[in-house]
Amino acid sequence: MLYTNLKHIETAAQLEKAISDNENVMVVCGRMGPMCIPVYGIAEDIEDEYKHVQFFDMEFDNPEAVVIRRLPEVRGFMGIPFTIYYKNGKVVKATSSIQTKEQVTTILNKEFGAPANKKTL
Amino acid sequence: MNEVQQYDAIVVGGGPAGLTAGIYLSRARVKTLILNEGTLGGQMILTHEIANYPGVESINGFQLANIMKKQAKSFGCDLLANINIASMSLGDDIKTITLSDGKSFSAPAVILSPGGRPRTLGVPGEGKFKGRGISYCATCDGDFFTDKEIVVVGGGNSALEEAVSLTKYASKVTIVHQFDHFQAFEHAIEEAKKHPKISFIMESTISAFHGENGLESVDILNLKTNAVTPFKTDGVFIFIGYVANTENLKGMVALNDWGEIVVNSDLETNLPGVFAAGDCIAKRYRQVTTAVGEGTVAALAASNYLHRRKQSHS
Ligand SMILES: Cc1cc2nc3c(=O)[nH]c(=O)nc-3n(C[C@H](O)[C@H](O)[C@H](O)COP(=O)(O)OP(=O)(O)OC[C@H]3O[C@@H](n4cnc5c(N)ncnc54)[C@H](O)[C@@H]3O)c2cc1C
Repeated sequence: MLYTNLKHIETAAQLEKAISDNENVMVVCGRMGPMCIPVYGIAEDIEDEYKHVQFFDMEFDNPEAVVIRRLPEVRGFMGIPFTIYYKNGKVVKATSSIQTKEQVTTILNKEFGAPANKKTL
Repeated sequence: MNEVQQYDAIVVGGGPAGLTAGIYLSRARVKTLILNEGTLGGQMILTHEIANYPGVESINGFQLANIMKKQAKSFGCDLLANINIASMSLGDDIKTITLSDGKSFSAPAVILSPGGRPRTLGVPGEGKFKGRGISYCATCDGDFFTDKEIVVVGGGNSALEEAVSLTKYASKVTIVHQFDHFQAFEHAIEEAKKHPKISFIMESTISAFHGENGLESVDILNLKTNAVTPFKTDGVFIFIGYVANTENLKGMVALNDWGEIVVNSDLETNLPGVFAAGDCIAKRYRQVTTAVGEGTVAALAASNYLHRRKQSHS
């Protein structure tokens, strides 16, 4: 299990349930390493703002994470974390390696819509 | 218009330098805010094992960052992570910092400690293949390259040490380096040179990355002859040093030719009330201990500045 404050997914069945029970899901699949920790941190930070999205992590080396490692969308990925965005149970976007908050929120806004209470300047 | 939240001191950057400044300032009852663009801890969290932090035999960088964060918080320091600074006004007596979400903060003293980030080659294809064959972290991504042929770019300690560590996975490692000699410790050079899986292409650099879905080849530019040779590879690890995160400070505080903040021995910048600490300043040695030391000096100098300012205002 990863040491984050995100909800953890530990089995393929849990992942299946998470994406079938929720319309918008982001799963960060990584390790407790340099490229992954910043992405967990971003997800933790925006969780309260993006209430219409469910954020999860999954340990990359967990054998059950094969369901993520074998997705066609991650073919060619050679950098962790693999971050997968699911809408209505389908993968709509996947990214490899470290991302900035701006990169993550751009994807969330595009795929799932910006949060209703989002402040504009 | 959003309300401006007032502090005595604002620290920009929450790596070891910024967190230490936060600990010292808050402990001295200076109302302090740390603003950090990424995850709190800075480059420390990129470090799997810190073995040269005195008093702690060995610690994971993530754990050390968490302890520093907890210490700062326990003394009352406010911490905001994953923020984006939209504008800074540092020239006046009261300095103001506005975030991209519209929140504004002001304080008479600011400590700049935005640290650094890995230098990129900045050549075509680098963005496209990041995470798809290009990596900046051997410990994170090394196992993706098991039994593959890879290239390591760089000639300093981290390039040579990481090249050796990558031989655990890769079948062949080619080090591409721009000079005819390395800028690393002798033991690191020796170890890389004697390793049977490592070969060298000197006085050269990568000028482009190619591939369809993932990285397939690179162009190697010979810096002496300007000849470009295509080179098949499954992956490239780039370790060519760090750059200071000072782009948004250009024209605001004095920087040197490398974009590092120029400070005096009290870590004062050219602007009254603005101090700087850590990897962002012009200096020779970049370590957690040096960042922590400078965070301390900057915090004490800022406290002293606030004290003098208060006296002159009363
Ligand atoms: C892989 C690796 C291994 C290392 N190993 C060791 C080791 O074993 N021992 C050792 O002593 N040192 C080691 N170092 C070096 C050490 O980590 C750095 O010298 C130290 O972290 C520098 O501290 P800092 O606070 O100045 O900056 P940083 O650690 O870079 O922190 C700066 C922080 O500021 C944030 N920031 C940047 N721009 C802005 C902005 N505009 N606004 C707000 N925030 C901003 C960044 O996101 C970051 O969180 C290592 C570094 C790396 C990368």
